[in-house]
Order: sequence, then structure tokens, then C-alpha cells
Amino acid sequence: MAARSLAGRRPVRARGVAHRPAPAALTISVVAITAILLLPVAAVVLQALTVSPRRAAHLLALPLVPTLLTNTVTLTLGVTVACAVVGVAAAWLVERTDIPARRLLAVLLVLPLAIPEFVAGSSWVSLLPSVQGFGGAWLVMTLSLYPWVYLPVAATLRRSDPALDDVARSLGAGPVRRFLRVTLPSVRTAVLGGMLVVGLYLLAEYGTFAVLRFRTFATAIFTQYSLGFDAASASVLTLVLCLMGVMLLAGEYALRGRSGHPGTRAALPAAPVRLGRAAPLAVLAMAVLVVLALGVPVGSIAYWMIRGSSTTLPSGSVFAATAESLLLGAGAAVVATLLALPVALLSLRHPSRLAHTLERGAYLVRALPGVAVGLTIAAFAIHHLRPLYQGTALLEAGYVVLFFPLALIAVRAALARVPPELEDAARSLGETWLGTLRRVTVPLLLPGLGAAAALVSLSATTELTATLLLRPTGVETLATRFWLYTSNLAYGAAAPYAAVMVVTSAVPVFLLTRLGLARS
Amino acid sequence: MTSRRPTQAAGAGLAGAVVVALAGCGSATPAVTTAARQVGSAGTITVYSGQHQQTVGALVQDFQNRTGIEVHVRSGDEADLANQLLQEGTSSPADVFFAENPPSLSILDEKHLLATVRPATLALVPRQASSAAGHWVGVSARAAALVYNTQAVAEKDLPTSVLDLGRPEMKGRVAVAPSETDFQPVVTRVVGARGSEATAAWLTALKDNAKVYDSNESLIRAVNRGEIAMGLVDHYYWYRMRDEVGNGGVHSALHYFPPADAGGLVDISGAAVVASGQHQDLAQRFVAYLVSEPAQRIIATSESWEYPLLPGVPDPRLPPLAQLTSPVVDLGTGREALDLLQQAGLL
Repeated sequence: MAARSLAGRRPVRARGVAHRPAPAALTISVVAITAILLLPVAAVVLQALTVSPRRAAHLLALPLVPTLLTNTVTLTLGVTVACAVVGVAAAWLVERTDIPARRLLAVLLVLPLAIPEFVAGSSWVSLLPSVQGFGGAWLVMTLSLYPWVYLPVAATLRRSDPALDDVARSLGAGPVRRFLRVTLPSVRTAVLGGMLVVGLYLLAEYGTFAVLRFRTFATAIFTQYSLGFDAASASVLTLVLCLMGVMLLAGEYALRGRSGHPGTRAALPAAPVRLGRAAPLAVLAMAVLVVLALGVPVGSIAYWMIRGSSTTLPSGSVFAATAESLLLGAGAAVVATLLALPVALLSLRHPSRLAHTLERGAYLVRALPGVAVGLTIAAFAIHHLRPLYQGTALLEAGYVVLFFPLALIAVRAALARVPPELEDAARSLGETWLGTLRRVTVPLLLPGLGAAAALVSLSATTELTATLLLRPTGVETLATRFWLYTSNLAYGAAAPYAAVMVVTSAVPVFLLTRLGLARS
Repeated sequence: MTSRRPTQAAGAGLAGAVVVALAGCGSATPAVTTAARQVGSAGTITVYSGQHQQTVGALVQDFQNRTGIEVHVRSGDEADLANQLLQEGTSSPADVFFAENPPSLSILDEKHLLATVRPATLALVPRQASSAAGHWVGVSARAAALVYNTQAVAEKDLPTSVLDLGRPEMKGRVAVAPSETDFQPVVTRVVGARGSEATAAWLTALKDNAKVYDSNESLIRAVNRGEIAMGLVDHYYWYRMRDEVGNGGVHSALHYFPPADAGGLVDISGAAVVASGQHQDLAQRFVAYLVSEPAQRIIATSESWEYPLLPGVPDPRLPPLAQLTSPVVDLGTGREALDLLQQAGLL
């Protein structure tokens, strides 16, 4: 079970459990949820259809387009692979070896999730202006995003059965061979799922790359919006990103296969690999990683708070923005988590082609730039949900659409570890489907639901682009304040907001390490 | 043994989040500062502002105190706000749009989303600073300028025309930020002065020479620290940067192209009344206030470092605007400039 934990798997029958047909209410609600989540994608497609084929061809034939496409593809490949290497290596060291300070490392290695990528980007550029272009973007994004691989891999390693490793050892396999032949296959699903999250993120990102002077395909979309005021043309280009997103999803699906052995739950903790003389080297490597991924942004924020002459600590507005960000993040976290539950239930407990397609569809929104998501939701709301327009609920809905996939990943991983036999036993004792869910499944899922809520609130409190478009007039979050000051070169004034963003995000991140994406 | 602890932690966390979320439902109303008690008594308007937020904040505060009209400001990137207005169409909650550059106003005007500004308001500022049809009024001005690193470039070696930036000897020495809304007007001005073909050739040469930045903020900091010799920006970025790094951190200076040159551009930030707005009279009063003496004095002393446009309200901190050039307004929608930038591969 463990090895399949991350982002869905092929509909394979679970351990000989007889399948009941999915309750109609469940199927219907999943269809409805997916339909709502895919509204932005549908709107982009509809808007793109209004563009004449000639204009579309013109847009795709612009001189800069090949460069932008190449940049997007190479960066996505480079960063996802680097994240996989760093994430797996770090997870293996922490979970499977006797490296010193394991518990501290387990927290420090996840904390970069608490630093918004645009803060990390600004930090690196102000520290080392040469961190630019492909190299700069590759470095900053790898350091910011590797925890998306580390988290699920560490969770999988923590739970998987050490017996296989012991068997391999008894057959004379050395540590390298065991890592390649036993450990790596067992975490394949987790690695691929993490790489998918990283890849989809990279397709859609714009702001961080602008700071790092690296232009990806999202630049072309941004140009159509901000200089051409042409949402239809932007939609044509956004479809290209969607297509790349579909390719990533398909690629992950193909590579995942029916991978790995079902890592049954460990009866005994695995005997850690002794690092011996390699220990100092491993510690040094992890220390460098932590300094680069955490130390640089945190140090840079501190520097600007002290040195920037615009620092006029507007403490009142920091508190107001913090409260606003936390409330919005919490609301979105609860809703996204609740919506993820039925989707995960359908795809794991009642696997079918439909369930699978619905689940995968929900990931696609991650490939859309925030400005496209924000504007399509705004346009839909002003014409069809007028009373909600520029209300808090609409902004929350935007966050739910944007970050639902993160909730789904966590809920799915948790549900995969709940033995279906328990549910079957409850049903055979006369409990209804809903009763079983309420009394058996959900209580066992609570850590997973907590992890899902943490992931969503973490992302929502630092979201900027869609927030600017969907927020109620007058509402300022930490991210909008940070943007306001940095866009006026007032880095000293911006720094407190960045600091609070990092500190408040550290709470859900800490929760994540406690709950694991995945602790059993 | 410890298996229950995370479960409880998660349960508590989730329950806490629910409570917080529920509590949040009540607090959704926009946080508007109410300095004067009578604010709001005379009505409420919504302003979409792409302008410098602190300056707009000071203007709004003063306007509220004077009139009792409550102003809700939606601050954001001017292009985002213009796109939002385009999506909203006539259902927009906006009463006023306050832009940074003319193209976003021209786009909205083209879609017939703007009302005519009252003649008395238009009469306050130089006629060429507002739209010819009177659909928006100029409020403040910014001058295109060349920022150069004082260690890398001697004053006598500075180019005298913006077109010089395309010359071969400039290779690797010049920076541009074509994705910023401030760059398009310069290109439009070159088109007006030299025609499309010459502009296309200039842009192609510029692409070979220039290091491309995606924001004016990154560009000016790069010039200041000597990463690149010079770059094209609007004047106020330099002053805002100086505010932040202090005089000791300034290693750059501004150079203005002569008024006759296509680079001697003064660009206007304008405000418009949204035609579908529910509060036409209040919106007209706010726009009129923006060009009144008290407002222009706030602009002249603000940290946005833009030029006030009302005659008789100079900004003593800046070189006099008249010496640079007179405002050029008819920058249109900037579509041709965008097209040329894209064909040259700069965007």
C-alpha cells in the first residue's frame, strides 16, 4: 500500500476485497466537484475558441515562442530531476541511516515549503545578482520545491517493510545495490507523484522567474494579458500549457505502472544503515542544503529588515494582513480537504475508468497561470454569481480550485493506508455506507486530513496573483503587502511581511512533519 | 505507542481551522480606515488604482476628510485591473479607474467603458495631458530616462538619442524591460517619430545589444550595482531606489534625452470615470479632486516621485518638467508597439 501512496494509481483491486458499486451520491458529488474545479480550464478553452485560426497560428509563430518553449521544457526537466535526486537522497539519509540529528533534519528539510518561491527568488537575487537565467532559476526552484519529493518519499520509507532489505542483505547485496534494487523501486510512486507536483508548478509560474530573469512560456501569456489586454489570445497560449500539463500527467501515469512491491506495514523499525566514515560527508551535504534552501532566504529577509531605509514597521497593518491571510488560508484548507475526501474515496474504494479520469482531471488546473485562473473565476462570478463577486467566499473558492490537488494528494495517501477490511467488517455488521465513513474511515483518516489542510493553508496564505484579482476591495494579505512594497523597491518595508509569511507558514509545515504526508 | 498523538493533533488542528474559518465569515467586509466620523455619510465610491499605493492612500484620506465621501481603493497592477474591468464590462463595481500609463485607459475607452470627464476638471491641467475626447484626465507625469552607472559611463559618453541604444558599440551595455507597461510608450513614440520600419530595425538592433529584464525594479538595481552600464526606465524608479538604499548606496544617475528626441518622452498617469458606475457625480468629484491644488501638492511631496500636472504646483525635488519636454499623450492602445516588440523577439 505504502508505495502507491502518492498521486493515485491504476485501478487495481485491493487485496481481494469484493467491490461494491459506488453509491450514486458519491459518484454524482465527485462529478460535480470535478466539474467545478475544471471551470477555469473550460473557460480557457471556450475563450481560445473565439480566436481565429490565423491569429492563433500567428501567436504560436512569434519569434520568441521557440525559445520560451525550450526554456519551459528544459527547466521543468532539470528541476524535477534535481528535486527527485535531492528529495530521495535526503529522505533516505534521514529515514534509513544513522545520520546525526535526524529529528532536527526531518523538520529543517521540509521548512523550505514555508518560504514562498517569490521570496526565495528575491532573496537570492539580492544576495548574489549572478543567480539569474537558467542556472539561477534551476537552483532557486530546486531548493524551493524539493520538499514536494522529500515529504512523500520520507513517509514511504518510514512505513515500508525492512524485511525485503534484510533479505537482500542476507543474499549478500551491498548498500548501493540494495538502495538501487530494493529501496528505489519501493519509492517510485512517491517520487513520481512529487515530481508531478513540481512539474505542474513550474509550467504555470511567472513571477519568480521574472525576478530571476528567466523567461518561460508563461511570459508569453503574461504579455498578452498585461500589454495586449487580450484575454482571448492569452487563452490560446494557456492551452499550450494545458497540453504540457496533460503530457506530464500522462508521463507520470505511464512511468508509474504497477510499480513497486506492496510495502506492508513495518512490524519492526528498520535497522539503520551505518554511515561510518561517510557520516561527516552526509552531514555536510545536508547542512549545505539547509543553508542554501533556508538560510539564504531567512538571512536576506533579516538583512532587509535591518538595512532597508524604508523600514517603518507598520505593525498594525502587519497584524491585519496576517489575520486576513490566516483566515483565508484556513477557510480554503477546510473546504478543499472536505472536497478531496469524496474524490479520494471514489478513486480508491470504487476504482473505475471514470473515477480515475475525474481524479486526474483535478490536477490539470495546476498547469494554468494564476492570472488565468483568477480572471476566469472573476469573469464567471460577475456574470453568474453576482452577489459573491469580490467577496471573501469567491477568493476562498479560487484558493480551493488552485490548491485542491494538494489536498487530494494528502487525503489519497492517507486513505490508501486505511485497510478496506475494516470498512467491510463495519458494513457486514450492519453499518451503512455513510455510517462506516463517519465511524471508521474518517477517524482513521484524521492525520491525513490534517496534512491536507496544512498543505492548502500553507499555499493559500502565500498566494499572490489570484488574490489580487479575487480579493474583496480593500482586503490586504501578507502576500499583497509584500508585493506592494517590493514593486516600489521598498524592500525594508516588505521584509516584515515576508518574515511573517515564513513564520506563519512554518506552523503548518511543522504539522506536516508530525502528521507526515503520511505517518501511519 | 505514539499513534494517537498525531491523530489528536490533526483533529485539533482541523477543528481549529473550522472555527477560524467560521469566525472569518463575519469579518469579510473591507477594512476601510475611517479617520473622520462623517466619512461615508456623503456616499461611497470604489476606485481601481494601478498607481503608487501610498500616494493614492494619502490622496484618498484627504479626499474623505474634505468631502465625507468614502472611497474603497482596489490597488493592483494596472494591467490586471484593466483586464478585470474588461471582464466585468458594464457590471463593474468600479466608479473610477486610476491608471499608470495611457494604453490601459485607451483600451477601456475603445470598449466604451469610460464616461466623459467634466470640462471644468479637464480645464485644470494642460490640454495635451488628457485624452483628446476628454474620457480621462491627466493627473501626474513621469519622464522616460536613461539610468547609467556612474562608474561605468562617463557623462560625456552618454547617448544623445534613444535610437543610439541600437548602435553596435552599445552591445552588452544597455538594459531594457520590455514586458513593463512603461516601455511600450517609448516604442510608440519612436514609431511616431521614425515610422514602423525604422522602429522595427531599431528594436532588432536593440535586441542584439540589450540585456532583457522582466521588471524595472530589477533593471535599475542591476544598473546601480554595475551589473550593466545603463538602462531605459521612467525617472521615478531611480528616486524610489534612492529612498531605499540611501545616498551612500547610489552609484547611478539619470540622463534625459532632449525633448526633440523620441526618447524625450513624458508619459501621463490618468484617471477616468467608469461609465457604468453607479455613482457618477461622486466619481466626477473624486477625479476633479485629483487635479485640484491640495491633491497635486500631495503628489508633489509624495514618495511616488511623479510630477504634478497642475500649473503652479512644482515639485522642487525634481528637475523642472518643462525643461525636459512637454507631455505627449496620444500613445493609443500601444498595439503596434506590442506587435513590433514581438516581431523583434523582445517579447
